[in-house]
Amino acid sequence: MSIHATKELQAYWKENLVIIAVHLAIWFFVSFFCGIMVVDQLDQFMIMGFPVGFWFANQGSIVIFVILITTYVYMMNNLDKKYDVHEG
Amino acid sequence: MSILTWTWILTGLSFALYIYIAYASRAKSTGDFYAAEQSVPAVLNGMATGADWMSAASFISMAGLISFMGRDGSFYLMGWTGGYVLLAMLFGPYLRKYGKFTIPQFMADRYYSNSIRVIALLCAIFVSFTYVAGQMRGVGVVFSRFMGVSINQGVIIGMALVFFYATLGGMKGITYTQVAQYVVLIIAYLVPAIFISMQLTGNPIPQLGMGSTISAEGAAKLNDMTTQGKYLLDVLNNIQKDLGFSAYTNGVRPRIDVWFITMSLMIGTAGLPHILIRFFTVPKMRDARSSAGWALFFIALLYTTAPAIAVFARTNFVKSIHNVKYVDAPSWFKNWEKTGLVGFKDKNGDGIMTIAKGDVKDPKSKNEVKIDRDIMVLANPEIAKLPNWVVGLIGAGGLAAALSTAAGLLLVISAAISHDLMKGIITPGMSESAELWWARGAAGVAVCIAGLFGIYPPGFVAQVVAFAFGLAAASFFPCILMGIFNKKANKEGAMAGMIVGIIFVAAYISYFKFVNPAVNNAQHWWFGISPEGIGAVGAVLNFVVMYVVGKLTPEPPQEIQDLVGSLRYPGKLVTPPSAGH
Repeated sequence: MSIHATKELQAYWKENLVIIAVHLAIWFFVSFFCGIMVVDQLDQFMIMGFPVGFWFANQGSIVIFVILITTYVYMMNNLDKKYDVHEG
Repeated sequence: MSILTWTWILTGLSFALYIYIAYASRAKSTGDFYAAEQSVPAVLNGMATGADWMSAASFISMAGLISFMGRDGSFYLMGWTGGYVLLAMLFGPYLRKYGKFTIPQFMADRYYSNSIRVIALLCAIFVSFTYVAGQMRGVGVVFSRFMGVSINQGVIIGMALVFFYATLGGMKGITYTQVAQYVVLIIAYLVPAIFISMQLTGNPIPQLGMGSTISAEGAAKLNDMTTQGKYLLDVLNNIQKDLGFSAYTNGVRPRIDVWFITMSLMIGTAGLPHILIRFFTVPKMRDARSSAGWALFFIALLYTTAPAIAVFARTNFVKSIHNVKYVDAPSWFKNWEKTGLVGFKDKNGDGIMTIAKGDVKDPKSKNEVKIDRDIMVLANPEIAKLPNWVVGLIGAGGLAAALSTAAGLLLVISAAISHDLMKGIITPGMSESAELWWARGAAGVAVCIAGLFGIYPPGFVAQVVAFAFGLAAASFFPCILMGIFNKKANKEGAMAGMIVGIIFVAAYISYFKFVNPAVNNAQHWWFGISPEGIGAVGAVLNFVVMYVVGKLTPEPPQEIQDLVGSLRYPGKLVTPPSAGH
């Protein structure tokens, strides 16, 4: 394999790491930050019958986790194609 | 038809289905037995992972726990789902690319050391047995409450069934029975929740119903017309405050403890061997990513319904019991009184049931109603006066939840013995058919031990569940993560990190659970972190030790660094030896 290809693969891995970092930042924000650290402050606001902090702690973070994995899968599948390493 | 008849019919049908599937997909090779020939489609693997993950505790106990804990219960909800984000992005695809059969094998290859394999296989066996003990007891309990057989008979029926499909089918048989079990358990969980949400709020989606306003029909059910048109959560908060509890949507547990428990449960989930090995069963790396997404989606259906059930059940329960004359108690109360799980003790002799803070047995407390948390899910359909077939469904669902988890755990134990201990360490030249015999034999023995735990439940089981997550968090999680994301992580570092992590977590939990349980409270915990949350601290220690020791000792050999490099890309690509870091 050429040096060029190796560089490509390193770029692929770097982009993957950036995508992971962004997703995990959101993961941390909705659960540990909104659902635990500032939950009381958020509870002062009500949306559709839910105190906002309580919603994040009980349901919101789970819903956002599902969305996060979905966008990760979507972005990685595109990345696989961009670097031509996708499987069959 | 009676509840009992319905339960027998629904359970019988579901068992027949599991047995048929197990027979049809019986394993012929070790690849079949350990990893279902890597042929499971991502969606089905997601479903199987969901069933594997959701145990008797998730199905029966979680909603009840949350309904008593209010917002504090959220660490179960976030902790037991957030781990899948980590699995999808940090572990699943890379373990699939590695493409072999067990976690101890991955550790041994990545850290070029059989000693690590031994530590990992012992941890895997310990974690799995801790977990499986609770499942078999759960099987017995569901049988005895719903089907009129003794707990022991129930355990034996469950053992026979798991024995059949775990030894015959291995991973392949288990996977497809788990898919069926997922369908049974999720229907059983959602149907009563949907009915009750309709009754109270008119909204058929429980997740939204818990935030809706109470309908006229709902107010009539609660025997309190003043609640009509008010938000359910507001009504519940007021009920709680009137009884002397804190508002339902407020937390009382120290925030730091909630934080650490959530973190421990998340990284523990991501480090549990029976979940990790499910990623070996899909055809491609991209399937491993999406199957983690499907798994979380299927889990989220139950985990977002649980807080709704908790809110409905708590409101229903208080409104139908508190300040009600005992002679007018609803029929479900009398039914469940026979099991000893609910009870009324008229302390002031006025014949009226009073709910208040504190234990019934405590003479200082005004509370006169005893209630076991587990009945919140089990008795829910009866409380809402749902048809008998719905009540019967709960029994079939509870069994599906317990059996699917038990089977997944037994496979980890069996693979640890046959593949890692026998084939990997003791007799490396073993033939495939001999290994398959060892795998089946180990699964058989493990079923019997699990059954014994179910029949003679060791008192320490409830105490050691924290161990399972703590160990997974403090040993597997850091070593697998560094193994994939840091090419320079070496065996000396991994070894030291694991040992420090395990000893620290084991010592902390043992001290508060066994040595000195009297001081197991926030005042004595380090930084206010309970034994349930200490796994996250153990993981940090493991990371630090692994890094420092790794810096002081030789780098891993080039071929290991190349192996790590090749894990990072899909397809057949291999990094050239000169690729470096």
